[in-house]
Amino acid sequence: MKKTLFDKVWDSHVVRRIDQGPDVLFIDRHMIHEVTSPVAFLGLKNRNLSVLYPERTFATADHNTPTLNQHLPVADPLSRNQLKALEENATAHGISYWGLGHQKNGIVHVVGPEYGITQPGATIVCGDSHTSTHGAFGAIAFGIGTSEVEMVLATQCIMQPKPKKMRITINGKLNHGVTPKDVALYIISKLTTSGATGYFVEYAGEVFQQLSMEGRMTVCNLSIEMGARGGMIAPDEKTFTYIKGREFTPKGADWDKAMKYWSTLHTDEGAAFDKEITFDGSDIDPMITFGTNPGMGMSITKAIPKAELMEGGAATYKKSLDYMGYSEGETMLGKPIDYVFIGSCTNGRIEDFRAFAQVVKGHKKNENVTAWLVPGSHKVLNAIKEEGLLEIFEAADFKLREPGCSACLAMNDDKIPAGKYAVSTSNRNFEGRQGPGARTLLASPLVAAAAAITGKITDPRTLI
Amino acid sequence: MAYDSFHILQSTAVPLPIENVDTDQIIPARFLKATERKGFGDNLFRDWRYNQDDTPKTDFVLNNATYSGKILIGGHNFGSGSSREHAAWAIYDYGFRCVVSSFFADIFRNNCLNIGVLPVQVSPSFLATLFHAIETDPSAELLVDLPQQTVTLKATGQSEPFEINSYKKENLLNGYDDIDYLNNIKPEIVNFAAQTPL
Repeated sequence: MKKTLFDKVWDSHVVRRIDQGPDVLFIDRHMIHEVTSPVAFLGLKNRNLSVLYPERTFATADHNTPTLNQHLPVADPLSRNQLKALEENATAHGISYWGLGHQKNGIVHVVGPEYGITQPGATIVCGDSHTSTHGAFGAIAFGIGTSEVEMVLATQCIMQPKPKKMRITINGKLNHGVTPKDVALYIISKLTTSGATGYFVEYAGEVFQQLSMEGRMTVCNLSIEMGARGGMIAPDEKTFTYIKGREFTPKGADWDKAMKYWSTLHTDEGAAFDKEITFDGSDIDPMITFGTNPGMGMSITKAIPKAELMEGGAATYKKSLDYMGYSEGETMLGKPIDYVFIGSCTNGRIEDFRAFAQVVKGHKKNENVTAWLVPGSHKVLNAIKEEGLLEIFEAADFKLREPGCSACLAMNDDKIPAGKYAVSTSNRNFEGRQGPGARTLLASPLVAAAAAITGKITDPRTLI
Repeated sequence: MAYDSFHILQSTAVPLPIENVDTDQIIPARFLKATERKGFGDNLFRDWRYNQDDTPKTDFVLNNATYSGKILIGGHNFGSGSSREHAAWAIYDYGFRCVVSSFFADIFRNNCLNIGVLPVQVSPSFLATLFHAIETDPSAELLVDLPQQTVTLKATGQSEPFEINSYKKENLLNGYDDIDYLNNIKPEIVNFAAQTPL
């Protein structure tokens, strides 16, 4: 029978199928962080259960960590307590733990691939919806709730009905100044935030083949923002080159054996999807969002659509524009902004900082803009220094912070003040996401950089 | 162990006719710092419910004494965004046992089912009927019947069936959860793991 990439990986991990119910799905690798794991460990304790396979779980602290002075004790007692709980739980159960200050520390979806925990054909879960990132390697990766974190700790399995399958194909070539983030925001703007709910997405076509692994991670990361459980891309030479030799990838004969399996991980010619969607890569412009969900995005050169043209209720749409302080029909170009945030599991990788540097090189940060540059991990931080990007940033009056999720969800002190506009390379522009009352404009690192030096929404193509 | 069982729920409902209600609204990230499952109901819809000086926003439905009950009715695509189970916990802790909408985000729906909150998906037109009925008469009661898989507007008898897979239905009727099930098949899992290299 002809199978999709998703079928191949899912079916090979089914321990048991329940009639009229979910599949019992075996999880190869599980990542945990401080926010969604403590209650799961408490659940284990209450049921008197242990962690079945501690070597399959990896812990890192990221959501709730400061991005300045990480060598000092964490000031907020609640955050400190949560970080301590992660450390104690990981240590007590023999789980590898990359806490604050550890050289391997960083955002869970950045460090997983960096150390080869993420591999093709694997099932990967984490109590975080952006676990879909790891699908860039041909893995089935998705976010789970805390009850499921407890299940994986206790039994290395979760129970889920098999999702439907969607393929999004984009052929053609991307235009100058169009990045993987723009591709993802474009798809979400077309599908809406619920357009892929119930589906697992495979991204196919020339555009995705041509993307770097970092770019593929950015696209897969944002799968959840169209409602999909996850997204994946068939592994190819780029994938294998990226993971070879990393700490947790197979070596020697094991590598050869793995490669044999991995080379079968593609959708068979003629395999059926429940839904197929096709776009043309050349139709995509640099994107920006203007509302309070990631589906409310458009080409940076366009005007904010009229309510009557939007799907769904006009009342919700108007509430959203009111929150943003924008009106229907306005153009986004030239609108003033206050903050710029580059970082997160969406755009906190080295390629993103290279893109940011490409724009800001030789310019100065606009004096009205507060910019937070937050690498996704220590490895990214080190690469920024080694590649000379830090000098470019400093010459342009930018400062670099320490790794973590930071202003993406503003659990730590990195909060955008109420009413202020932030051009952000992160993944969600929900009301208050970056701080109570904060107004988020999602965009690529190029758009963020252009805004940082001009103090307003600017088409990056005029600067590169 | 797990959670309260769910059979038949008859209650008034709280209407929230807003679409794409995301989990950041249900419980903002800054309230996710607890290490125990306690007190999340106090911060349910925090930023829609309270001003920044912590005074209640009088126009928000949870601050309107006219509406109460164990059923929350939300607009299309309820629970999108983050996987935080804290959102489902907050809804439960506040006192809701059932959420009705015309469409739910995947992870949120799963999280609800895993803690014993019943997500009931109805057609957009029935959702509109419910919103209208409650707006007209806030004391209107709904009857959510899990064994029959129906939701009924008591006053008029208007009713719609809803879907739930039979495994999850059985769990909710008995208050079992997935960990109970998985624990019972551990030998099968261990066997599977032995053939699945890390």
